[in-house]
Order: sequence, then C-alpha cells, then structure tokens
Amino acid sequence: MADRITLVLNGSPVALPAGTSPTMTLLDWLRGPAGLTGTKEGCAEGDCGACTVVLEGADGSRAPVNACLALLGQLHGCAVRTVEGLRGPEGGPHPVQRLLAEGDATQCGFCTPGIAMAAWAHAREGGSVHEALAGNLCRCTGYRPIVDAFARLEDDGAAPPALPAVGGARFEAPGQVFHRPATLAELLELRAAHRGAWLLAGGTDLGLLASEHRQRPPVVIHLSAVPELQALTADTGGLTIGAALPYARLLPRLEGPFAPLGAMLARLGSRQIRAMGTVGGNLGTASPIGDMLPPLLALGAVLRIASVRGEREQRLEDFLLGYRRTALAPDEVILTIRLPRPAAGAVLACEKVSKRHDQDISAVSAGFLLRIEGGRIAGARLAFGGMGPMAARAPAAEAMLTGALLAPACFAGAADELAKDVSPLSDWRGSAAYRLAAAQGLLRRLYWRVARPDLPAEVHAL
Amino acid sequence: MKRPPAAAPDRGAPQAQDAEVQGADRPLQPNARGGMGAALRHDSALRHTTGEARFLDDLPEPPGLLHAALALSPVAHGRLSPIDPAPARALPGVVAVLLPADIPGRNDIAPAGSGEVMLADGLVEYAGQPLAVVVGETRDAALAGAAALRPEIAPLPPVLSIAEAIARENWVLPPQAISRGDAAAALAAAPRRIFGEFRAGGQEHFYLEGQIAMAVPGEDGDVAIHSSTQHPTEVQHIVARVLGCAYNQVTVTVRRMGGGFGGKESNASWVAAAAALAARRTGRPVKLRLSRKADIAATGKRHPFLYRWTAGFDAGGRILALDATLAADAGHSLDMTGGVVFRAITHALGCCDVPALSLRALACKTNTVSNTAFRGFGGPQGALLMEDVVHRVAKAAGLPPEAVRARNFAGGENGAETPYGQALEGDLIRRVWAEAKTDSGWDARRAEIAAFNAQHPYLRRGLGSMVLAFGISFGQTHMNQAGALVHVYTDGSIRLNHGGTEMGQGLFVKVAQVVASVFGVDTDRIRITATSTAEVPNTSPTAASTGSDLNGWAAHAAASAIRSRMAAVAAKEWGVAPDEVAFADGLATAGGNRAMEFGELARLAYLKRVSLSATGFYRTPDIHWDRATMRGKPFFYFSYGAAVAEVAVDTLTGEHRCLSAHLVQDCGRSLNPAVDLGQVEGAFVQGMGWLTCEELWWDAEGHLRTLGPSTYKIPGSRDVPPVLRVRLLEGAPARSETIFRSKAVGEPPLLLATAVWNALKDAIGTDRLDAPATPERVLMALHGR
Repeated sequence: MADRITLVLNGSPVALPAGTSPTMTLLDWLRGPAGLTGTKEGCAEGDCGACTVVLEGADGSRAPVNACLALLGQLHGCAVRTVEGLRGPEGGPHPVQRLLAEGDATQCGFCTPGIAMAAWAHAREGGSVHEALAGNLCRCTGYRPIVDAFARLEDDGAAPPALPAVGGARFEAPGQVFHRPATLAELLELRAAHRGAWLLAGGTDLGLLASEHRQRPPVVIHLSAVPELQALTADTGGLTIGAALPYARLLPRLEGPFAPLGAMLARLGSRQIRAMGTVGGNLGTASPIGDMLPPLLALGAVLRIASVRGEREQRLEDFLLGYRRTALAPDEVILTIRLPRPAAGAVLACEKVSKRHDQDISAVSAGFLLRIEGGRIAGARLAFGGMGPMAARAPAAEAMLTGALLAPACFAGAADELAKDVSPLSDWRGSAAYRLAAAQGLLRRLYWRVARPDLPAEVHAL
Repeated sequence: MKRPPAAAPDRGAPQAQDAEVQGADRPLQPNARGGMGAALRHDSALRHTTGEARFLDDLPEPPGLLHAALALSPVAHGRLSPIDPAPARALPGVVAVLLPADIPGRNDIAPAGSGEVMLADGLVEYAGQPLAVVVGETRDAALAGAAALRPEIAPLPPVLSIAEAIARENWVLPPQAISRGDAAAALAAAPRRIFGEFRAGGQEHFYLEGQIAMAVPGEDGDVAIHSSTQHPTEVQHIVARVLGCAYNQVTVTVRRMGGGFGGKESNASWVAAAAALAARRTGRPVKLRLSRKADIAATGKRHPFLYRWTAGFDAGGRILALDATLAADAGHSLDMTGGVVFRAITHALGCCDVPALSLRALACKTNTVSNTAFRGFGGPQGALLMEDVVHRVAKAAGLPPEAVRARNFAGGENGAETPYGQALEGDLIRRVWAEAKTDSGWDARRAEIAAFNAQHPYLRRGLGSMVLAFGISFGQTHMNQAGALVHVYTDGSIRLNHGGTEMGQGLFVKVAQVVASVFGVDTDRIRITATSTAEVPNTSPTAASTGSDLNGWAAHAAASAIRSRMAAVAAKEWGVAPDEVAFADGLATAGGNRAMEFGELARLAYLKRVSLSATGFYRTPDIHWDRATMRGKPFFYFSYGAAVAEVAVDTLTGEHRCLSAHLVQDCGRSLNPAVDLGQVEGAFVQGMGWLTCEELWWDAEGHLRTLGPSTYKIPGSRDVPPVLRVRLLEGAPARSETIFRSKAVGEPPLLLATAVWNALKDAIGTDRLDAPATPERVLMALHGR
C-alpha cells in the first residue's frame, strides 16, 4: 500500500498526487507542477545556490538547502519555504527582500531568490556571513553589497508552521519504490532484500544522479527516519555520531579538542550541503577526496555496522579498501561513527587545500593528531586525502615524527618521507607534483601550528 | 523605486565591508528626481529579490511546447559519419532528431564572415561541438534521446595548445601587426634587454542563467523568438539564415538576461537558431535550455593568450623598445576573434608609451570550443603584456614596478600618442594613479608589509597596483550606432524602448534617467520595455561597454524630438517662444506664471494632432580606422582607472588571499553612481577570478573537465577583499561629447584586478607567474617549476 508524500509548502500542507516520482527533485517539482518559478536552476549540482529554499524545523530552525539535490521522497514531513513564501507584514516584500533590493545587492537577479532565502535563514541562525554565503554564487555584484546586507539582517520572529507527524512510509511511482523505514529492523530487512537499491542519506552525492544525470532509480532506501542513525552523544571517551546525522547538527558539537575538525567541517560544502550531507554518506561513498576521512583516520574513528546478521565494529582504516571501495557488505548499513576524544595535550590539525577557500573540493586534505610529551612527539597519526586512490595514513612520515624532537627539521624530514606514502593523481584540482608539494607544506606548517600557536598559521587567519 | 543619493545605506555598518561612492555629481536638474546623476537602484531590484522578475525559463509555456536537447561531440577532432537517428527516435517521447540535412537554410552561424556550422557536418572540430538537435515532449525525453545517439567519429589528431598552433601556423585569420619606429634597431641600441614569456588562461562566463531560447512558430513562416541574448539583431539574422527566410519573418525579444558578460553575444544566436529549427521542423513551439555542463562544453570563453616579448630599457627603467607577440587561442573557428585580437593589440601598452615597437597578434586555431567575447574583449589580455614587461624590467633594474610604470606613463615627458595614432590623456593617467596610491596609504602599507614579512616564518604579504587606459567604442566602426523608440501617452506616461539589452548592468535604468532628464519628469513615469527587433531594428550588441553611451544618446534624441513638439504646443497655447518653455518637476513652464502638468500638455498635444512618438538615432562621431595602415582613431575616448591591492601568500601551500583593494575609476560624470559602483566592484571581482582561481582544465584528449561550479571555481563572497574601497573619479566630466559627459563602465574596471596578480608577484618575488595564479601556480612558481 503506497503512501503519498506530504509536505508543508510556504506554510500550507500539500499532499502530492499518488504516483509522483519520489526521486523528482524539489526544484523540478517547484518550477513544474507547483508553478513556482521564483526558485532558479543555475547548475543542478548543488554548487551555485540559485535554487536555495529553506527547510523550517519544528523548533524554529531554518536550514537552507539546494532544491536541485533534494528529492521529493526525502522531504516527506518537511516544511519547505520558497522565495514566493516570504512576505512582509502587509503582504508586500519581506524586510529581507527589501534590504537586499535597497542595498544594490542585485544586478542580473538570477542568483537573487536563492540569496534571499539564504539571508532569511541566516537572519535566524546567525554566525559568519561568509559561511552563510558560501553556497550562493553571484557573478555580477562582487558580493560587497550582499555581504553588507547580510551583516544587517534581522530575524522576523515568525513561528514555524505545524509539521505533520510522519512515520515510516513507502512511495511508489511507475517503475519506482521509495522506502522510508522508521525502525532499524525495517531498514535492515529492506537492505537485505534490495541489495542494488540506492541507500539515500542526505543525497548530496546521489542527488546529482537525479538532478544532473536525470536518473530514476527503481528502488531507494531512505535512512533519515531511523532514530539510531540520528544519534549524537558525547561522553568522556568521545563522540558517537549517527551515520545519517546531517553535518549541520554535528557542527555545533565539535568543541574542545574537536574544534579543529569543526573549523574544517565549516568549509565542507556550504550550509546548504551541510544541512543535508552526512558523515555516513562521506564514509559510504569513500571518495578519496572526502574531506571528513583524513581527520577521522587521524582520530582513530571506529564504525558500528549493522545487518540482519548482527552488528560489528570496524576501524575506519580497515573499512576503507580502495577507490570508492569499502568493507561494507551489500546487506549492511553504517549505524554510528565513534570518535575517540584526543588525549590531553594532543594536537589535532585538520587541513584542506583547494582553489577556493569555501565550498570547494580539496586538492589535498589532511588530519594530523600529535601527542607531545616533554618536547618530543610521543605519537603521530597523519592521514591524507587526495593523495592516492583513498584517504589513508602516511606510515613513513608518521615513523619519522614518532619519538622525534619538536623541531622544524623533523617535520621537514617527515615531509620528505611522505613521498613514499602517497601516489597522487593529476587532475583539474591539482597536478601530482603540486599535491605532493602542498601536502609536504602542510606537514611543515604543522610544526608552526604546534610550536608557535601565537602566529597566524594561514592566510585566512590574517 | 527612487532613492536620492543622500539615502544611500550606511556603508560603514558593523562587520560590513567598506565601499564608498564619492563620485556622485549633483544632477543637472536637481528637482527631477531620478534624472541623470541620481543613484537610483536597478529598476528590477525588488522583483529580483521577490522572485517575480521573469527570466525566459519562467515565462508561461505555450500550449504544445516541445523541448530540445543537443547531442555533443565526445571527440575533439575527427571525421564524422552520418548520424543514425534511430536510437533516439526509438525512445518514448522523442519527437524529432534534427541533423544538418534538416536545415532548410544554411548551416552557418558565423557572426562575422561565414563558414561556422551549427551542427557538425562531416568534420568534428572540438569536444562538445553540437552534432544533432533532439526534440522531445519533455526535456528529459529530449535529453535521453540526445544521449542515445551513437555518433561514429574517426579521430584525427587534435591541436590543443597555442604553442602547437603557432608551430603549425594554424590561424583563424592572418596575423595583425602594429609597429612604430625601428624596433629591432632600438632593441639593439638599448642599454639592457630581457626576454619574457607567460600565459594567461581563458575564462568561463558562468552567467547564472544558462543559454536558453524559445521559438514559437507563427503563420506564413514567421517565428517569434524569446532569447537570452545580448544581440537580438544577430539572433534575428542567424535564425533567418538557418531557416532560409527573410529577416522580417523573425522577431526577437529579450526582457532580461541572468548575466551575459559577452557570453550571450554570438553564442546566444546559435542556441536560438537550434530552437527555431526545431520549431520549424515540428510546427510547434520549442524551448532549448542548455544544462550547465552542455553550456560550458559547447559555448565559447575568454581567449587564453601566450605572450613572448623582448624589451630594451635603460637603468632608469625607461622602456625604449618592445618586440612582442600576443597569441590568442581562438578555438576552432573565427567567431569574434578578429575583434578580440584587435583590442588586445591596441591595449598592449596599457597606459604606457614605448617609442619603438613591433607588436604582432596571432589568432591561433585549436581544437577547442570557439572562444568569444568576454567583458574586456581582449583588452585585459592585452594589458597584461605591459604589466609583465614593467615587472620584469623593474626587477632587472632593481626598481619598484610602480616607478617603472610611472616612468613610462604616456604623456608628460613621454609621448602621448598610441602606436596607432590616438592620444592618451597623460594627466588623467597620473591623476588616477596618484589618487589610488594616496587612498591606499601606499608608503605606510609598504612598511607594514616589510615588518610582517620579516617576522613571519612562511606567510608573505605583497602589494601590487594597476593603472588602466581602456578605449571605448566598438572596434568595428560601423557598429557604433543605436536606435530608440519613445512614446508619450496622453496621461503623461512614457514608454521607452531602445536597442540595448539588460543583463543586470543597469542599462535600462540609466537610459530611463536620460529620458526623465529630457522631459523633466520622474523615472517612475517611464515604462521600461523588453528589447525587440520589432521596435528598434538593425541594432548592435549590448557590448564593448557602449550600452549607455549609444542607447542613452539615441533615447535622448527620441525624447528631445517629442519634447520640441510639446514645447511648440505649449508655446502656441501661451503665446511665447518655444525656447521659453522649460520642462522640470513634471511640469512644462514658461516665465514665472505659465505652468502645465506634463500629462496635461501631452493631452493638449494629442488634441492639437501632434505626434507624441519618435525614434531616435545616434552614431558615434569622429572615429575612424584604416585597416591597411593599422592607424586611426578607433575609440571615441578612453576610460582610466587605478588600483592598489594587498595580498597574503602561504609559501608552504601556495594558498593566497587578497586582503585589501583601493580602486579609483573614471566614469566621467556618472549617470548613476550606484549602478556604476556595482559595475566597478563586480568587474574587479570577476577579473580577480580570471587571474587567480578560475581555471579551465582540459585533459590530454581535449575534453574540458571543469564543466560546472563544482570544478570551475568563480570567486565566492570570502574571496572579496575585506577592505574594498571604490571611488569614482570626481570632477572629471568626459572631454568627448558623451551623454551628459558620462563614461562607460562595464569593462574597464575588470583590468583593475591586475593589481592582485601584480601583488602576488610582489609577495613571491618570482619572474613568471602565469594566470590564473591558483595556489598550485603560486607554489610551483616558488619551487621554480
């Protein structure tokens, strides 16, 4: 018995007609059947932000998302607000819309509806203006007037709409079934029964197949309604993160010794991507350039994996097998990721080198965890992304540092050794020679991060 | 929608970046709100932010609309066998597969000359070249059909670099040369000589709204085209050429574009022609919207350049002789490369004078997409040459680059005349530079940077500058013309139409301000309407920064004609001389005691059977060019500007960042300082993108692999310098008779971003830094590779 996708659109409940493809993108639905053309398609790959809409949480939170990547089935039970749904007190333009217009923050206007929505979310959520804008490209203004306007936003205090209570569901369309299990047991049964199905968490990677490549997968298993996969617990030993927990909900919890990971995560994608994307997704796709993998390797992350056959634990470094290959069996799902808390006195550094500081995929990424005792390096875990077919630790460089004095020469030596550990490729993000040179530079920079924390360590610290 | 300059938002809000508009001249008619000189906001600003502004893809779809998609070549160069349409036709929802044989007119979309095909016929010349148009009931059906085709292409070796094209003498047009004096002898006689070579990459326009057109067939072979184009007249011509019909059967309309930047000049024409072909063949309306990937693969970009030069100079940094080759990568066809290399070679000395020189511009044919117009149109690429020469000479002579540039400024003790015979204004060059230097606190900043660099182990700060001189006019003299159509209705409302197109640059509001000034009314009275070949014919593209110069004067002429007729009506009514009738504050007045509301006078004129509609026409005076001698006065005037930028570089990773920029831009007497400020800021950031982070990356087989924003990185908000101070040059009305003594602003400030490139070279101290200076290029330059 199939269910209908229900959502709240601009404050009003909507039930989509039976047979609506659950993998139609929200953008295609808005611009097509819903007749709301204010939301624009700029790239269909989740990078330009012209299609930004806002998910309104029951708690009043506002999460900007890329409508081009969000699939209708994922939005079951969600409240979506589009640019047409922003209205001021007398039904005229919303103050955010006036502020942007009056501040000369539009030229061609094509990116503008997405920027207005990002602004409306930012007015409530606050934080860094550049983080709020990282997911919205503007080609005309040079951003200065937009940044000015963002610095002056005020929350409108509007209450969130009532969200429908939704549980598990199953949506059908010609040739398609979309499962939304609400319990772990159901999820594991489905996973065992449909081994070729899309395992859909945030969809920031799989969504591209629907948006850009126009695919219609026959079977989808959506992970977000299973409570175990939304876990987030902190104890003295570390953090346990549900595999389908969006980055945006993890980010505020990366404090204390995990703060460097938080700073790097703030550069992963954009707010739009972090509202949807998940750690489990980053691990599951096992891309060699997944930003989370090197820090997690450095921290010694352990995965908890489940199937109808039972549960098991596996270290991340054993889980990653090769280029986009993992030890996840076809009937398994990742439940949680356990991040051990670094020991007192340990130094964690998370690095990402890319052409653009924000919302870029790294040419080289790295996670470094050093244990310093009495001026010596008692332990070193060095992991890199972009330096081979998968994110991996650098044993030769680690050996060079382990037991060494905290001195520039030792880090230079580790940088030399690194060449033995890696086999980078040349592509549009960087040549092999550059990747090696930059990775070596990151190791040299690590010395200064540890030895001279008073110095600005990088250009964005200036 | 009106805002007097005084109501400009406080630019100094907490956390906000700074920018200032100080160039706002007082309006000529201070009581005519919204007249010329007022900092009005963009006419569509509020509709942009509410999502109500309609772009082409937002228009209501006509009944029976079909969708088209393109099949693109997967191969850079090869012999193409006739394509079998069957695999696409077999798919549900596919209506038609259109191949070269289906073209009723000519398979030729060349904007200049002829011989550029819309659909490859027998020969494929770049990866991404359109091979077929597939039409479907839905866009997905059309895309699936296009993907189902299996073109058979026997590969030929592609030419993929400028160097290789030069070696093979593969040109799309013969080399151009400009020379003065005996460069060889002057080089030989110079006290010192150096040789330089460097490259600048291309640039994807990345207009946020991709290429799109909709063709609606009418009766008797007519077709109505909605196109996101900067050049409606060319769309009309190319559609007619492809369909084999007369121009008067094709009507092209564009209300607004979601960005253009030159990318919707010639490239929009063939997109529209493909939609028109599909509409003609199916008899139904057809929309063709390129996906971002198809757009980046199949449409042209800024021309990459390779430079080789030898300069002779003395110990004081005076450059005595220069021999240089500027080689442009045209891609596989001519498109507008002739104009691009012309502008490059006429801008290669920038604001400097070199007494003896020999400049050659090569237009290299390679197996890549045909490069095209992009904001600056070869001017920015030309200007890089002299900046490289200045920096290398400065390094060799042990002088600051700024001193060497100033030593060679045109005018003053040096010659003022460009090598093609047109004079630069040396006083303005020196003035913009002096002001930018002062604004930036140059000397204090230098000292600060030296102190920082002395104490930080691996971060290096650097300071750079740029001074620009940019010629305004189309290089093709005949294109410097424009038309406008103005109607006054009997309620006093005004309808304005002209040949210029709105792509976000604020042209419509600027021209409306001109008309408002003529009639002495508020701009609120003026209805701004979509550009259409049916209203103003035979137009030039909105390009070359000339939009408001040309269309402003044309609209001025139309409005003035109507105003004269209205003045005559009032004069007769009041028994005064027509020249005693003044128009201001929404009133026509004479002396101290005669006044009539503008609308009342319009009604009176109608009752007196006087026409309230007029066309206006303008051609730029006093410009000429002799192709044979490569001399003349190709530009009506020059715009000047200067910039200082500070950067920080991480010498361990190559990561870098622009920390501050101070810009001074000459806009003459600005028509609209708010709009002009936006153009300066936007152009500067776009130029930064070209020079620092936007990298087009082709693989060894000639496939462009940076086909979307996930791989092609335009600047984001954090890349804008946290201190960005822009000033419009004050008290410098244009010396040529431009519209209200304003100057063009679209392109020149893009060159100011060269200051960032120069600052990076200052920070890392290397001789050569190719553009875009990505972190990789910076680090590899530091490593001597």
